[in-house]
Amino acid sequence: MLPTAIIVFREVLEAALIVGIVMAASRGALRRGMWVSGGIAAGVLGACGVAAFAATIAGAAEGMGQELFDAGILFAAVGMLGWHNVWMSRHGRELATSAVQLGNAVRSGARPLWALAFAVALAVLREGSEIVLFLYGIALAGQGGPLAMAMGGIIGLALGVAAGTAIYWGLVSIPMRLLFTVTSWLVLLLAAGLASQGAAFLMQADLLPPLGSNLWDTSFLLSEQSLAGRILHTLIGYTAQPAGIQLVFYVATLLTIGGLMRLVGARDRTAAGRAGGGSAVSPAE
Amino acid sequence: MRRLALALAVFFAVAAPALADDPVVTITLKDHQFVPSEVPVPAGVKVQLLVKNEQDVTAEFESNSLHREKIVTAGGQIAVFVGPLDPGSYEFFDDFHNSTRGHLVVK
Repeated sequence: MLPTAIIVFREVLEAALIVGIVMAASRGALRRGMWVSGGIAAGVLGACGVAAFAATIAGAAEGMGQELFDAGILFAAVGMLGWHNVWMSRHGRELATSAVQLGNAVRSGARPLWALAFAVALAVLREGSEIVLFLYGIALAGQGGPLAMAMGGIIGLALGVAAGTAIYWGLVSIPMRLLFTVTSWLVLLLAAGLASQGAAFLMQADLLPPLGSNLWDTSFLLSEQSLAGRILHTLIGYTAQPAGIQLVFYVATLLTIGGLMRLVGARDRTAAGRAGGGSAVSPAE
Repeated sequence: MRRLALALAVFFAVAAPALADDPVVTITLKDHQFVPSEVPVPAGVKVQLLVKNEQDVTAEFESNSLHREKIVTAGGQIAVFVGPLDPGSYEFFDDFHNSTRGHLVVK
């Protein structure tokens, strides 16, 4: 029961942290609960499908199907998170500073919450499919009986969800005017970490060179297998022994999304300045 | 669109690992142990690790120092390419059964 709980917890943790951040980042947006739960539901369904076809996926692309599939999911999630961040850099200030509740709600309706929902679905799908494969194996082997397996699964799930809830409550205690800045940074680092993981899978499939197989080794300070190491791995892409190509992807993702955010944000400021208002939202609106 | 597909096909054909020339080393998972648990591997060349899971539970072959993680279903097997590696010891483990550990000994 305990080993099952630990493994389920570990896999749920990654997805739950991402869901927690996404929920905080979309605070105040219209129907975000519906979008995010839809993403989770789609991810769970997808996870079962992926687990069912695990052997087919693994056998594809000359045995490198698993790597390409994982990399594809990770880079798609990076794209979704990046898209939402860039959009927010243009409209976030309006949303945060608008005193008009109705206007706020209407504007947030145009927000690409589908991108966040998609990112959530991908995270749940990736971690969930590992859980399904793991539990399926245990069930087939009949280890410890179905009750112990179910209990382990439920305990692991509950602990993971608790961690996601904790990060959510921690984030929403931040004042609203700062919240978007904080969550934008978190999402940016999250995306960079996912890109670095994606690069590792392409390197594993031999499609990318390692560019130095271990740049440094901080496993004596913080092991990637420890709880803190795993949390930081998800949140900011902490890797104790990174390969050069992972660092390249990490930095390139930071610069690309960060650069686009600045570019789009700056253009918006100029446009607002030209309109003569100075502030993005005029009181008359 | 067709041109893109062609470009991708060429890219994967060129980038695909050379299956024929690389030495193959087999590691078997049995009763939550890697057999062998100390795996001798030549330094400086690319090596294909063939990981066979002869258990009735799913395993995940993982190594932080080698940057590898790959699921091996019960009764299944996977190929993992590593190297060219510098001499030394590289730990790997079953991420679904943490005490199951082994080393690549690169000489």
